[in-house]
Amino acid sequence: MTSRNIILTLKIVIHISVLLPVLNLYYLAFVDQLGADPVESVIHFTGIGALNLLLITLCVSPLAKWLKKGYLLQTRRLLGLYAFTYALLHVLNFLAFEIQFDAVLFFSEVIERPYITVGMLAFLLLSALAVTSLDSLKRKMKKKWQTLHNSVYLLTVLVVIHFYWSVKSDLILPIIYCLLCSLILIFRYQKLKRLILSMFA
Amino acid sequence: MLIKIPKNSSLKDSDVTDESIYHERRNLLKTMGFLGAGALLNSAMSNRASASFFSDDEVKFATHKLKYSQDTQNAGLVKTPEQKVISHNNFYEFGAKKNQPAELSQGFKVDPWQLTISGECDNPITLDYQDLTKMFALEERIYRLRCVEAWSMVIPWVGFSLASLIKKAAPNSKAKYVAFETLYDPEQMPGQASRRLGGGIEYPYVEGLRIDEAMNPLTLMSVGLYGKTLAPQNGAPIRLVVPWKYGFKSIKSIVAIKLVEHQPPTTWNKLAPREYGFYANVNPNHDHPRWSQASERRITSGGLFTRNRIETMPFNGYGEEVASLYQGMNLSKYY
Repeated sequence: MTSRNIILTLKIVIHISVLLPVLNLYYLAFVDQLGADPVESVIHFTGIGALNLLLITLCVSPLAKWLKKGYLLQTRRLLGLYAFTYALLHVLNFLAFEIQFDAVLFFSEVIERPYITVGMLAFLLLSALAVTSLDSLKRKMKKKWQTLHNSVYLLTVLVVIHFYWSVKSDLILPIIYCLLCSLILIFRYQKLKRLILSMFA
Repeated sequence: MLIKIPKNSSLKDSDVTDESIYHERRNLLKTMGFLGAGALLNSAMSNRASASFFSDDEVKFATHKLKYSQDTQNAGLVKTPEQKVISHNNFYEFGAKKNQPAELSQGFKVDPWQLTISGECDNPITLDYQDLTKMFALEERIYRLRCVEAWSMVIPWVGFSLASLIKKAAPNSKAKYVAFETLYDPEQMPGQASRRLGGGIEYPYVEGLRIDEAMNPLTLMSVGLYGKTLAPQNGAPIRLVVPWKYGFKSIKSIVAIKLVEHQPPTTWNKLAPREYGFYANVNPNHDHPRWSQASERRITSGGLFTRNRIETMPFNGYGEEVASLYQGMNLSKYY
């Protein structure tokens, strides 16, 4: 198979495996077949889904390097945009189904609950990355684009903190995600060191 | 011709979910894609745990019908469908996820059972399994249940008042508090055997009330719901129901009640004292650090698009009956 065909196949697999679960989720939630509290279920599913996709996105470049298959990088934007889509659904679920469009409550929750504040911050950063993922904007922004997109590391850490703080007592899954996130960051030790040093230079 | 126009709030037959569809949902969920990896990981874990207790996934705990007098006063409240009451539970002894207790508890043995009432009293007693439903006349109580996580249900419990049980034990003048304890049996309760399933809380689960709270006529020892004996996920064979307090006060599967002189330790308070107080009265003006308590989502029938967010009432709407217990107390300090 040519690399072009591989990318095409990969992209089709990504579209299907990201869209089918979420369509199924909303269908079940809509007909009240998603447990006793469909609201909690859709919020948790899209939240965890967004984090999973974010981590998968961050695995693409180390994987491409390791396999010496540079063309794999062509799936990264798609995965990142789907991470954003899930995060967007997560926030919209919270607003529409949990808070039920009570704007005052929404803003007070975002400000008063540290885990929501952190989560919202991460979401805003991710939104900025999603918007600037357009080729034309990338060209226009030149060097600034890379600087902005380096914030993906920061926002991933924020998402993991958001998850950890949101949990009542069952910390095992958040801890697993902390470890996964650390692993991904350790792979980029050199790059992160340079980034941090340049911030103080 | 009689044309019946149903009220907006009344339940229709179609609102109640068919049980077989409900079970099918679980399989659908389990087969969902890799994105639910977190969820899948957990359901795989719970399957393994359940396999070690009863190999057949279809084993279902048997409940039986109870004789009781009906609650006519609250018959107008829109109840949470039974299928939701028995499938959405916080009972970490059987797993910390809401659906786990119903899945991991079906092999639970409630007969024989022993419930002891002891401590500062003249007549300590022990109830066995038969006594739980035979010693006192049973009555239905349709109560609102408000979880500290800001969701709520309306449940038709069956039981007897805790006061009648305590009176039988003849408490002495030193009995100022009542301490409760859940069964500790890691062989039957996978959450107690594994930290991973049990959500990281300390076992056995313990709770407590002040004696005047315990003697309040609203405080119920429940042995059933929807006219039948309790299922394990709801706290079989006997549990406490304190409708003006957050749900975690209503301790399940009780084996010991002790009359004591000093305020007893309580599980969630030990774990996070800033988040969970001893009193834990429903209070819309005192927020949990991670949730606003001003409103709640009432779980009834209907899917995702049901508008079910309602204002939370002080003492969960039971202020008339219980507010006097806390006269002169600063409820923001004693939350």
